[in-house]
Amino acid sequence: MGAADIHEVLRVDGLTSDIATPGGRVNVVDGISFGLRAGATLGLVGESGSGKSMTCLSILNLLPAFGRVTGGSVLFKGEDLATKSADEMRKIRGGQIGMILQDPMTSLNPLYRIGDQIGEVFKYHHGERSKRSRWQRAIDVMKRVHIPAPAQRAAAYPHQFSGGMRQRISIAINVACQPDLLIADEPTTALDVTIRQQILRLLKEIQRERGTAIILVTHDLHTVSKFCDEVAIMYAGRIVEQGPVARIFAKPAHPYTRGLLDATPKIGAGMARLQEIPGQPPAAGQHGGGCRFASRCGRAAALCKESYPPLAATDGDGQHQVACWYPLEAA
Amino acid sequence: MPAFLLRRIGSALVTLLLMSVLIFVMVRMVGDPAHLMMPPEATEADRALFREQLGLNDPVPVQYARFLSTIVRGDFGNSFHFGVPALSIVEDRLGPSLLLTLSALAFAIFTGVPLGIAAAVKKDGFADQFSKIFAALGQAAPPFFFALLFIRLFSVGLGWLPTGGYGSWQHLVLPVIALGWYSAAGLCRLTQANLTAVLQSEYVKMARIKGVPEHVVVLKHALKNAALPVITFAASQFGILIGGAVSIEAVFSWPGFGSLMVESINQLDFTVVQAAVIVSTLLFIVINFTVDLLYALIDPRISHV
Amino acid sequence: MSDAIVQHAPSLPQPSASALRSSRPAWSRWRRHWQFHLSVAVLAIVIFAASFAPWLSAYDPNGIDLGSALQAPSLQHWFGTDQLGRDVLSRTMSGARLSLFIAFCAVFLAGCGGTLIGILSAYFGGWIDSITMRLADIQYALPPVILAMVVIGVIGPNTANVIIVVTIANWARFARVIRAEALSIKHRDYVLLARLAGASPLRVALRHILPNVRNTFLVLLTLDIGLIIILEAALSFLGLGVQPPDPSWGTMISDGRGQLEHAWWTSVMPGIVMMLTVLAANLAGDHLREGTRLIGEAD
Repeated sequence: MGAADIHEVLRVDGLTSDIATPGGRVNVVDGISFGLRAGATLGLVGESGSGKSMTCLSILNLLPAFGRVTGGSVLFKGEDLATKSADEMRKIRGGQIGMILQDPMTSLNPLYRIGDQIGEVFKYHHGERSKRSRWQRAIDVMKRVHIPAPAQRAAAYPHQFSGGMRQRISIAINVACQPDLLIADEPTTALDVTIRQQILRLLKEIQRERGTAIILVTHDLHTVSKFCDEVAIMYAGRIVEQGPVARIFAKPAHPYTRGLLDATPKIGAGMARLQEIPGQPPAAGQHGGGCRFASRCGRAAALCKESYPPLAATDGDGQHQVACWYPLEAA
Repeated sequence: MPAFLLRRIGSALVTLLLMSVLIFVMVRMVGDPAHLMMPPEATEADRALFREQLGLNDPVPVQYARFLSTIVRGDFGNSFHFGVPALSIVEDRLGPSLLLTLSALAFAIFTGVPLGIAAAVKKDGFADQFSKIFAALGQAAPPFFFALLFIRLFSVGLGWLPTGGYGSWQHLVLPVIALGWYSAAGLCRLTQANLTAVLQSEYVKMARIKGVPEHVVVLKHALKNAALPVITFAASQFGILIGGAVSIEAVFSWPGFGSLMVESINQLDFTVVQAAVIVSTLLFIVINFTVDLLYALIDPRISHV
Repeated sequence: MSDAIVQHAPSLPQPSASALRSSRPAWSRWRRHWQFHLSVAVLAIVIFAASFAPWLSAYDPNGIDLGSALQAPSLQHWFGTDQLGRDVLSRTMSGARLSLFIAFCAVFLAGCGGTLIGILSAYFGGWIDSITMRLADIQYALPPVILAMVVIGVIGPNTANVIIVVTIANWARFARVIRAEALSIKHRDYVLLARLAGASPLRVALRHILPNVRNTFLVLLTLDIGLIIILEAALSFLGLGVQPPDPSWGTMISDGRGQLEHAWWTSVMPGIVMMLTVLAANLAGDHLREGTRLIGEAD
């Protein structure tokens, strides 16, 4: 993941975005870089406020009115999305890149039937003018995501479905045009624990069928370990560690990553007390020039507070990178 | 859906009934109906006969039952000012008032809503600034004051439009704008507020993620959701417009329902007042009912309750 | 309006911006809310002028001086004179006194009455609730002007009756909104705890529910006062409100109708002052509403 890869669907480089606040503009996405190959899944992990959702919206150029992408490039299949016109972006969204939102209870329009909501993408991306074909194709997509009795249920409204089903509908909407990249922003956080696995497995299935690249935003490390190939840990707007999941989980290099892993309950680990990471992440724009984790880090030294460590490889092939002056012992 | 309809109809009937009780009680509260219901020149003997005829010596519930049965048949008695059945006078004057009120409502909707949409779509744009001023002014003064200003400016000053009366479309312009500005202001603000909120919702974000063109996002996805409170608000404006029409009709000498009420109250023509109040209550109940129905048709969640 | 609609109305999502508070000097906060401060200043001036009108007026508001009739606004008569030579500014201040007095009384009575009914209705529920809400529906079913006219027709036009009538035409808004708020408070934990501890219903109402609806009450008060001023003006304009020779804004506008062509100031000046007052009250009310984040009814 270190160097650019010709099989990469997405290569983000130095992406920066800010938002307007009463106190002025603050960076919420601060120089994010990563790559993603076709058919792979990247986990984007971090606490609330780390900038994960904003990063995703920045990729699609869908920041809310008070936000703005201020720098960096987003190469999607070789083309920089930052240079695209509004109209070109509109065609890419939904057609080649999809995004699943976190809360299934609010992400569907309550006043339209789901058959229409799914079928709509065919109108704008495949030029499908016939209502009947769109409806039929919507039913086909519903079958692919395993919604039972699709022909009847297509005529129903969102409020007639459970949360898990609504999320499937969201997925249906997003995969209808068979996009090359799917961004899933905490797709299971708002769902019952029993449903979560089903949704994640569905995403995996779709990925296998089509070779879709997936960015999975989550704060749950279990999910990452089971479903992701690579992971990027975000903290206060920056990536502090990234690389293949197996390596990072086995030998985390950044103290924050270590802290996250320690704080995650593991089955069979006994009743030992979970280790918390003391303190809170800094509010956006409220960190100094040094490492942003320094105030909570047990290993912080003078250098950490003064200057920000760049991302550097911890292993031979450069796939595992960490931004720390004193990383935990190397692989 | 049918259960919903039945409940609304039942509710409307109860309100109407209660209204009739209130009218019944109020008119009798003022004093002796034999004084109220008869012209001032009637003699004591006439009044005694009236009391007998009307059964005013019967117990109150019986009187109420009788009252109810007569008004259900449309018999409100004769206006002693005009000498003809009260209901017919009310009916005559209803037409011009409905014309004025409905035109004002149309003006309010077709001015306020588009302005609100334009303001919501581009925050701090020209439409946004203009709509704020438009709305603030419209809600700051009673319609009759605008009416006087308009007359002074456009009729007397510039001579473009007549100062009053009823007949052609030119007579309609100033009264409609004076009457409708207040409602247009409210509609503008409500549309803008609702649409702004809806445009920030997750499902609108989803529509944009899908790659739906922005004008479709606003007009199809967002507007329908923002429309519900706006529709009910527009209907509630109807009542306010009828109220405002009273003074507008006075200023422009418009031969309507409102000016009829003022005249009748001043002339103590109670049969007409009774008829007018019952008719207007019925009208508003019908309007509210239609709105509830519209609401249920647009929002599938309600009729599935 | 059916309860079904109130329950299922789409809840408007709050904007997703997380407001980051940084310490700012007081003056910059003042600048951001300049509309609110200006409105309050205007209201303060009007109320001051109205309260001290007899001492502030240069002329007797009822002082007839036919020799100076219908003079345009000038340095001697800032608002000009009317057809009887009376100084329009003095009359406007005097009119403000009466109009505002009526408005404050009515809004206070409607507010307190409506709030009390709303709280009791929410607390006791049952048939008390049904009846009061039905009555509120009826008040809503008729436009305020018509309702007010009809009652005036029965009890006669004079200042006291105008206050009564305007109160009757406005309590329902308070009752409905406060009732809704009281219902949600009623189910909160601290109220349940109080009741479990054996507090009497009256105590619960006064101690727990009332203070928490106070904000809503104040916001409704400011939002309503504009409407009430306009209602009183309409009634007086129609001759069904304040009776001559007492000046109120409504009667002044009505009196000046005949002079609209040649002496527009007799009607327009009091109207403009009324408009500024209502505008200020509305802006102040809006600001308070946003400040307390009240998602109120759309009327």
